[in-house]
Amino acid sequence: MPDVFPPDTVRCDACPVLCYIKRGHAGACDRYANIEGQLVRVDPHILLDRAKSQGTPLVPFLEREGDWDGKIMKGQETFVTAIGAGTTYPDYKPAPFIVSSEVDGVDMVTVVTEGIFSYCGVKLKIDTDRHLGPERNLVRAQGEPVGHVTTAEYGSQMLSLGGVHHLTGGSKSEGRITCETLLELCNGKEVELTIDDGASIRVAAGKPPVVNGQREERMRVGCGSATIGMFAKQWFGKVDDVVVVDDHITGVLSEHQAGKLLGVRETGIAIQGRRSTPGRYFQVAEPGTGWGGTNISDPLTILKPFKAKFAWPHLRLLMVSTTGEQFAYYELDETLHPVEKELPEPLKESVGRIRENCEPALTTVLFMGGAGGSLRAGVTENPVKLTDSVKRKLTRVTCGGAPAYIWPGGGITFMVDVTRMPENAFGYVPTPALVAPIEFTLKKDDYAGLGGHVDYVRPLGDLLKEKERQRQLVSHAQNPWPLKPHAGSSES
Amino acid sequence: MREPAVIRMLSDGRRLHLHDGPIDLIIEASGSPRAISAAYEAAARRFVSILDELCSELPLLRSRARKNSERPCGPVAHRMFAAVEPYCEDCFITSMAAVAGSVAEAILESMTAAAKLERAYVNNGGDIAIHLADSHRYKIGMVERPDSPSLFGSLEITARDPVRGIATSGWRGRSFSLGIADAVTVLAACASAADAAATVIANAVNLPDHPGVTRIPAREISPDSDLGDLRVTRGVEPLPESEIIAALDSGARAAESLRDRGLIHSSALCVQGQTRVISPIPSQAFIECSRRSLLHA
Repeated sequence: MPDVFPPDTVRCDACPVLCYIKRGHAGACDRYANIEGQLVRVDPHILLDRAKSQGTPLVPFLEREGDWDGKIMKGQETFVTAIGAGTTYPDYKPAPFIVSSEVDGVDMVTVVTEGIFSYCGVKLKIDTDRHLGPERNLVRAQGEPVGHVTTAEYGSQMLSLGGVHHLTGGSKSEGRITCETLLELCNGKEVELTIDDGASIRVAAGKPPVVNGQREERMRVGCGSATIGMFAKQWFGKVDDVVVVDDHITGVLSEHQAGKLLGVRETGIAIQGRRSTPGRYFQVAEPGTGWGGTNISDPLTILKPFKAKFAWPHLRLLMVSTTGEQFAYYELDETLHPVEKELPEPLKESVGRIRENCEPALTTVLFMGGAGGSLRAGVTENPVKLTDSVKRKLTRVTCGGAPAYIWPGGGITFMVDVTRMPENAFGYVPTPALVAPIEFTLKKDDYAGLGGHVDYVRPLGDLLKEKERQRQLVSHAQNPWPLKPHAGSSES
Repeated sequence: MREPAVIRMLSDGRRLHLHDGPIDLIIEASGSPRAISAAYEAAARRFVSILDELCSELPLLRSRARKNSERPCGPVAHRMFAAVEPYCEDCFITSMAAVAGSVAEAILESMTAAAKLERAYVNNGGDIAIHLADSHRYKIGMVERPDSPSLFGSLEITARDPVRGIATSGWRGRSFSLGIADAVTVLAACASAADAAATVIANAVNLPDHPGVTRIPAREISPDSDLGDLRVTRGVEPLPESEIIAALDSGARAAESLRDRGLIHSSALCVQGQTRVISPIPSQAFIECSRRSLLHA
């Protein structure tokens, strides 16, 4: 190993080779370089070809086969993304690419830059009814706090990861691990997270979550009470009572309004927990990773003894979870004790139906970032005008060609679904901060009006002639074409 | 931060792409679907530990190989050392000169051990390990400049040829070269041997102390380069034909000597559009350089 290095040599830790990289040079892989003393990923610059027809590639991005023949395509068919474009940080200089193209007779400009986001994070929506951990508890990666548990939503648990406080406000290793976790998630990779006093999960964008080693297959069809409502008619006459076990609201057929209306006979079934309205129970057990997001593995533990006043021998009882993944069928013996029996054929169908109606459980990853000062300065000399133009929907914001949702209110704070972006669209700098692509597309006239760097505008054709370090991908079939004029707002 | 290895199928659904740090492999196997998937799985399993394995003895692999020097332990590293050993008395060489070919070879071996394949290749950035069974063959195109790919020749390898490795080296490539060849392509019995030989021959395609050649100590570009203070080629001005021929002559002598020692099968040398082919004995037109592309180059 060499002993003396020039002062601005950086050591790359992207792989175990641990290259020392001099300023202006790349490492052994040619993918990481030292740009002005910062370790930066230098992947090829991504250009998007407009998908020929909607719904063609189910695989979102197809690499073009063979060498690109260098043919210049019609302006509106190629969109220059910011992926691999480079960044202007921290200098107030024009964005690396300001590209003009004519679309349906209108001159459009796309300002393309990779932004360095210290203010950024991801919002995770994890489709599961299992209890992942108490709200507000820390979410950790490799032992370091990287985020927290936020609200539970319908059939899902939300986590908020990253943010400036984890990135730069904690210890050095907290920042590093947070950055690493965000990067992996944004690039579609799987990460392992643990929640204080909660579960250990493995999640990746667009894939089913794995909770405590168990892969989630399906979302629940509804809460327990909703499930009763949906299936009451199918159960009527085939079974005397049904309990749909759910951590949120456990439903009981014979007491539920749906059962009453059908004329289901009272069974006097008594459930642990707090009764909300007839046939609807809160807190039948502790939250957990058992039946319907509770901690129970034996459903009988939530039942109190049956009483002779209402119940009768041979009473048929179905207990099922909100996803249909767990179910048990019982008949009462002469002493009114439930005895487990094989699920009768007619009920199998309804349990199957619950399962069928559950959508695949996924993890969704939305990247959220704020486009701050120097990034906007790369677009215009008068940054607030860009914010204003974005708010007025004159400027469309995309990330690697994917539509971004812009938060109302001040600043340019946006969210984007990472699965709609080309793969490996994100990078990082050791600050630590994430590097994300961002493109601003607007009419050329409007660009001049907001004080844009008009002297730096280059026609698309010129850019396409520089074949080096460019890679062409087919745009995501579900994304609106970023250059299409008046394609509505910037929302997806 | 450590990036995890990439294991994915390319969009054609046929080729496997494995990537980890500086290693980037494109793999294709032919055979029954079951055999292909077993081979790809074996390749991926072998792949995930290979970079860590190499890096665990990186300082040794980056040091000059000598007859009596310490042998590396890892199986891939061992292969690297074996490939450079024939040259270590004659010139400065480190095991790194055969790293790409050795990795390709090791992955290919894991594939052929796992499944019966008709043919397969593991292409590690131009250093290629190939497998050919029975009457199968590969047609291979040769490119002189990676930055502006155009075929300068093509060749066909059949199962009967004693060739299972192809490697290319040159000053325009990703690795450093001491010579001025745009590309030296070598065919040899295995990829690691081809890799080491291509490095040695490309270094020999040279015009020592020529003012038109820009050379910089390797360390100034890449502080931890195994070549240390050796001056590597960073630019070559357009040369008159006589000098191109002189450089090719020098490289050809080296290539012929390696061929006579049985270290390589054949080689094609390329400098500024001029090509020289060193064929096996008895002479056969193993590598065909098309006239048309030569005129273009």
